Amino acid sequence: MAIATVVEQQKGTEETALITGSEAIAVACKLADVDVITAYPIRPYDTVMQYICKLVANGEMDCEYIVAEGEHSQFEIVKHASAAGARVFCGSSGVGWMYAMEALTVTPALRIPMIAMVGNRALDDPGAFGVEHNDALAVRDLGWQLVWVDNAQEALDTALIAYRVAEDRRIFLPCAISCDGAFLTHSQAVVKIPSQEQVNKFLPRYNRGDLLLHPDNPITVAPQGNEDWVMEIRRQNYAAIERSYGVIKEAYAEFEKIFGRSYGNPFFEEYMTSDADIVLMGMGTLSTPVKVAIRKMRDEGKKVGFVRMRWFRPFAAEDLAKCLSRFKAVGVIDRDYSMGSPYNSGVLATEVRTALYCGSGAKPPVLGFIAGLGGREVTVPDVEKITASVQQAAQGKTQPLTQWIGLRE
Amino acid sequence: MATVVKHDPTQALDPFKSVKKLPLEEYFTSGHRTCQGCESALLMKLMAKAAGPRTIVLGSTGCMYVANTTYYSTSWVVPWMHTQLGSSGSAALGTAAALKVLMRKGKMKNEPINVIAFCGDGGGADMGISGISATLTHPDYNCLILMYDNESYANTDIQLSGSTPWGANTTFSTPGKVKRIMHHRWKKNMAGMMAAGHPECKYVSTISMSYGLHAMNSMRKALAIGGPTFVHSLDPCPKGWDYDPYLSHEIGELAVNTGVWPLYEIENGVLRLTGRTQQIAAGKIRRQPVRDYLTKQGRFAHFTADDTDYFQSKIDEMWTKWLYPGVIPFRKEIEADSAPAE
Repeated sequence: MAIATVVEQQKGTEETALITGSEAIAVACKLADVDVITAYPIRPYDTVMQYICKLVANGEMDCEYIVAEGEHSQFEIVKHASAAGARVFCGSSGVGWMYAMEALTVTPALRIPMIAMVGNRALDDPGAFGVEHNDALAVRDLGWQLVWVDNAQEALDTALIAYRVAEDRRIFLPCAISCDGAFLTHSQAVVKIPSQEQVNKFLPRYNRGDLLLHPDNPITVAPQGNEDWVMEIRRQNYAAIERSYGVIKEAYAEFEKIFGRSYGNPFFEEYMTSDADIVLMGMGTLSTPVKVAIRKMRDEGKKVGFVRMRWFRPFAAEDLAKCLSRFKAVGVIDRDYSMGSPYNSGVLATEVRTALYCGSGAKPPVLGFIAGLGGREVTVPDVEKITASVQQAAQGKTQPLTQWIGLRE
Repeated sequence: MATVVKHDPTQALDPFKSVKKLPLEEYFTSGHRTCQGCESALLMKLMAKAAGPRTIVLGSTGCMYVANTTYYSTSWVVPWMHTQLGSSGSAALGTAAALKVLMRKGKMKNEPINVIAFCGDGGGADMGISGISATLTHPDYNCLILMYDNESYANTDIQLSGSTPWGANTTFSTPGKVKRIMHHRWKKNMAGMMAAGHPECKYVSTISMSYGLHAMNSMRKALAIGGPTFVHSLDPCPKGWDYDPYLSHEIGELAVNTGVWPLYEIENGVLRLTGRTQQIAAGKIRRQPVRDYLTKQGRFAHFTADDTDYFQSKIDEMWTKWLYPGVIPFRKEIEADSAPAE
């Protein structure tokens, strides 16, 4: 590893290295032998492209590494490379991701298995480099598979899983891996780097099959469908993301077999929930302060747990409804906003309520909390404050459905 | 010196000697719904014939997408894919990059495959100019960007684009009771700009469907020379320019003969005027008055004599005051420019 500080050489072929979340995804791209990669600068995701640049320059990776002139081109270039049979990688942050929105729209519609990293960043204006989840969430209705990771190891592993799922012929849909800006993109952790042999075993070569754009397969891609056919085509894409739930499960099971690391339920992580009365929920690196706070509160005898959503699309609604029905109240911490939404809650809280409403089990009250916007730190006292409100709700006391936490009065 | 740019081989595409020597095979055939007299459809047909079967075509949104590729009745025999309005440059680049890397890694049979991305003037000179410009700076990818210029957003209802001539009546520049001229901008000089701004681009040319053999050979040269190239075709449009479809060919000729549309190619940095333009420049034939061109088109029907004179004066400027006549608007000396009163 030229770009990583090798901490120790472990038994067998697996290395251990101290790397950031961005670097972990760059390593995954190298291991996945990605063919075409496009870069464009915007903080904080761009660190992944800086690492990839070094890998290419050092001869550790063979790919077409193209620096585009804007995010729209950045995503369009890899979209077309993928249609022509290449494994691709791309990424962006904040308003950069939004600049690519047209390309992001057509990519799932064209059944392109692009893998993108989103270094989550607040949308302008006012300017902010820090994390917010509204960038990646903006594509939630379009057919993108969306996953949030909270540490560098998970970033690396999830990138490999994402390639396997996205490029599965049953799916052929893009996947965005969200890494919280700064908290994950720029934070180092000790990561196990799998061997090339393991990755080759896990990840088959991308095969565009009968959709390959090539003179030997002279198809016409994306003609005018209009009212005559668009609805049927949309339904096929729906069917693909419905299948994604099962394909993700398969991929995690296979991952565990080959790499020896298990993530339990792929769709969400449960932390200290087995005896919990109430749970908090959230996505991404929020898990760090929340877990610290929970351990503290556990010492004080409060039975609090945490459910961290990994996969937001597909949304494992039935699994989640079943899980949450065990608790007396749920507090969802959104690092995003959804202005004018039902009860003015964040995006995740609204989706959790939907999942519960149609679930078969008990329906505990769901309180929404908006916290940590613009990269503001969510502190342990913030989490304690949230927990106190959720405890009140668990006791049947009316609480506001949406509360802003850590806000200057 | 080290080899910095690694060109993949291109197809050997020698010029067609005459119309009688053209291959009979068509790669853009029936199934399209373009208007009668559509010169852009003719461009598609001749482009596909010039490129041959080992070709991938990417088409950005516009007439040549909407009219040519209705689901279940595509007119393309070669592989074709839609790209977004402003993405012709990116589509060409991404496809060429994929072919290059897959062939290098042995994941695809190694052979020269033409990559052509086309765009209209809206998709090219307006929205897609940034992506096209970027692609023309990538010397290592073989691809052709072909801009079919019908001087308006002709598919969406004839709205003006950056390529619409001064004063033309479009649905976004309709003359009214107070303002006769609603479009005050002079047409963007796309080919000249692409040539002047991209030193690594080996081939830029202008063509017209009224000179089909010349156009096909220009496109073959653009495909065979290696690296990214740009070809700009002026395509008379009966619907947008408001004339009887049978006049398409004649209006294309008039554009060239009046000097409104100079034909030229810039090959490895060397400028050469071509076709009738070359003859005009050499003094072998006289430039026809612009009036002959304008009066055949309804989009200029509201022009006063002053407007026509102004148009003529701007064309004269192209020929007499530009450092390279009709190509690049760097002037030999600075002079004031005055538009007619409204």
